[in-house]
Amino acid sequence: MSTVITLPVLLPMLGAAVTVVFARSPVLQRVVGVVVLAVVAALAGVLLVVADGSGPVVAELGGWAAPVGIALVADRLSALLLLVSTLVTLAVLVYAIDQRIADYGRGTASTTFHPMYLMLSAGVSLAYLTGDLFTLFVAFEVMLTASYVLISRRTTATRVRAGMTYVTVSLMSSLLFLTAIAMVYAATGTVNLADLAGRMDALPAELRTVLGLMLLVVFGIKAAIVPLHFWLPDSYPNAPGPVAALFAGLLTKVGFYAMLRTQTLLFSRDEPWTLMLVLAVATMLIGALGALAQNDLNRLLSFLLVSHIGFMLFGLAVFDAESVGGAALYAAHHITVLATLFLVSGLITRRTGTVALDQMGGLVGTAPGLAVLFVIPALTLAGIPPTAGFVAKLALLEAGVGAGSGPVAVAGVVIVASLLTLVALVRVWVRVFWGEPRPALPDDDPDDEVVVGTAATAAPMYAATAGLVAVSLAISVFAGPLTAMTDRAGVDLLDRGPYRVAVLGDAP
Amino acid sequence: MIIIPTINLTMAATIAVLYAVGFYLLLSRSLMRVLIGVVVLGHASNLLLQLAGGPPARPPIIGTDPAAMADPLPQALALTAIVITFALTTFLLALGYRSFVLVGHDEVQDDVEDRRIGGQKADPVALESADDDPPDDSDDPSSDRIASTDDDVEAAATGERERP
Amino acid sequence: MAEPDRADPDPEQAWDGPRQPWLLNGDCRGPRHRSLLLEITTRAVFPTVLVFSVYLLLVGHYGPGGGFSAGLVAGLAFVLRHIAGGGGDLGSGRAVRPPTVIGAGMAVGVVSALLPLAFGLRVLESAKLGAALPVLGAVEVQTSLFLEVGVYLLIVGVVLELLRSLGSGIERDLEESGERARQ
Repeated sequence: MSTVITLPVLLPMLGAAVTVVFARSPVLQRVVGVVVLAVVAALAGVLLVVADGSGPVVAELGGWAAPVGIALVADRLSALLLLVSTLVTLAVLVYAIDQRIADYGRGTASTTFHPMYLMLSAGVSLAYLTGDLFTLFVAFEVMLTASYVLISRRTTATRVRAGMTYVTVSLMSSLLFLTAIAMVYAATGTVNLADLAGRMDALPAELRTVLGLMLLVVFGIKAAIVPLHFWLPDSYPNAPGPVAALFAGLLTKVGFYAMLRTQTLLFSRDEPWTLMLVLAVATMLIGALGALAQNDLNRLLSFLLVSHIGFMLFGLAVFDAESVGGAALYAAHHITVLATLFLVSGLITRRTGTVALDQMGGLVGTAPGLAVLFVIPALTLAGIPPTAGFVAKLALLEAGVGAGSGPVAVAGVVIVASLLTLVALVRVWVRVFWGEPRPALPDDDPDDEVVVGTAATAAPMYAATAGLVAVSLAISVFAGPLTAMTDRAGVDLLDRGPYRVAVLGDAP
Repeated sequence: MIIIPTINLTMAATIAVLYAVGFYLLLSRSLMRVLIGVVVLGHASNLLLQLAGGPPARPPIIGTDPAAMADPLPQALALTAIVITFALTTFLLALGYRSFVLVGHDEVQDDVEDRRIGGQKADPVALESADDDPPDDSDDPSSDRIASTDDDVEAAATGERERP
Repeated sequence: MAEPDRADPDPEQAWDGPRQPWLLNGDCRGPRHRSLLLEITTRAVFPTVLVFSVYLLLVGHYGPGGGFSAGLVAGLAFVLRHIAGGGGDLGSGRAVRPPTVIGAGMAVGVVSALLPLAFGLRVLESAKLGAALPVLGAVEVQTSLFLEVGVYLLIVGVVLELLRSLGSGIERDLEESGERARQ
């Protein structure tokens, strides 16, 4: 088992190496990418089953025991998020490959796309699996560096501008992260998370607050919580369709995962966290209201993405086992649904030639399949009953209602934000799918890689999107076992015992 | 083993100055200044990491007295961080050059769509009638300093090389 | 390699054109951009620096050195060649594409991380290999050396890629735009 846990990191890296070396063979690049990600998804499934059945899986790299060596840990939370993330990565890769084949033919290769895509996947896996604060930093850097290249390759002037904002903000948060690590190390003398969990408790309360806030700001920038969200609606919409879907699905959730992991493990608390409740309210409302003002489909989705980060923050803020478990379930659902919506947005843009809502119309008649693909994730995001979004939101609300007056008030905001989400999505539906059909606009930026305004869409692109919709539906079908498992994950997170015993041995 | 570093005032002041300079540079519009800011900030945080491992001038070399040795782990962490900063510096250089090729300068510009939405009245008609404003760099006299249609120029900035 | 093509020698350049295709494979820069001293120094220093980088790579497990610093030193040797010979030198004298070097380095690194599994050890675990070689005597090698070799290749590849994209690429752009300005 300890070998299996290293493979989700090593296999994509090996795949990246192979796709760099054989850059002239597009077929090999595609096969390697898909096979590697499929294998990693299978391994993540195995890890999830084992971690749920017999406790966290730990690997000590190089045989160096923790806390001296670097430990990789897969518990329920990280294995679940790893599985969902890898499935999304795989589906988006299939979509991207078919888009390229549809636009440029089978024989064209891109030197950077496949290696960087696989490196990003390796970084995401490492971020989920690492049990070490500094390795988490390295994982973030691997992931972000790959994302910098993906967002700015084949650039046009608009995309360079958006890329600059993204890179500058991310770099600042990375350097803050490094500073926070230095502070943590100076205070405790270790960077191993399980070891830190014990030593943090011994620190003075003021010092813990400072360290906790530094890490909160660092991960807050990555997860786009509200005062720190401004970069996201600026940069993601300008990335090419599949890349935007991948970023929207994964990157912010990795930030949230890191926040969840560090705050529960290192800065454990007994009562709801007022600051985080305030941040959650601000994130939910400002994100949803921002979405209502947008005319650009991708920007609207980006604001909804920010808004729904607030739902997870609410789960973290209540800080009991059910709410933290609910936040984990919400994160898993959010990864699939946002990636799906961005892929659908890519399909819509491809058909209409524009992202401006006021220049589309009548797609329900001309592209009924697209309408179905849009409706299901849209209802899921808004949290309409039979969908996964409802299940996840219900778990959060149930936890919040039982936790005192503050959380109850915020639970009301959750419902308001859900309604605002629904309004924003209905607005998209009315503008895009109803009304008079409009002719596709010509590609206004023919220099860039993305071809829009064409009716020629490969069926596999629809299939990849439908696959993600199926994952999202599967979450709602298996809601019972999943909720039970995330509840157990929540108990683990707050208990901290199993994690520490698994990493450090039986004497934490 | 927890080493409580006795803070050397000179080091503390140096780190403070480096952080101040780095963040100040990070706030400017030109990407080259941002780049220098990132490098300075990287040095600042590496120095902080070093300081976390004990006072200066005590190299962790096997054979010396362990009590008089600095903690080697922060040095390893700093080395990793240096590698990462190196990679990011090169990427920012490429991005700045790319921006210079495309728009004639390397300044981080405003979010145009955000400005447009922020400036519009609370009137749905305005939303309907507003056209896509092009980014306001057309009046820049230097914007065509280097023609950029050549595929190799693009490859230069992004490391990308497309083959037919 | 065959004698480089010098079919139409530009009289302004031919007088100091290289006789050997070693540093400037026939792709000679204008005399105003050349520095004889630097070229000669580079010819002398380049192999020495490469050998030194290999030394750093091998000694890295116990002494100061290792894959990253060795790779940077080797990269500096190529930077020196780039400064002395210009973009044309690196562009023509190199058979391997830099991304291939990067990919090979990464592949070596990952494979050497996984290889201990074949011997029943854990991922990334290292062991000490000893052998008595005929001339050198007893030689001991830590298996983490293979990982270092991967890092070395990776860094050299990154530096070469940088020289290609930012070094020669920008020079070429500037020359082209300069020509356009004159027209």
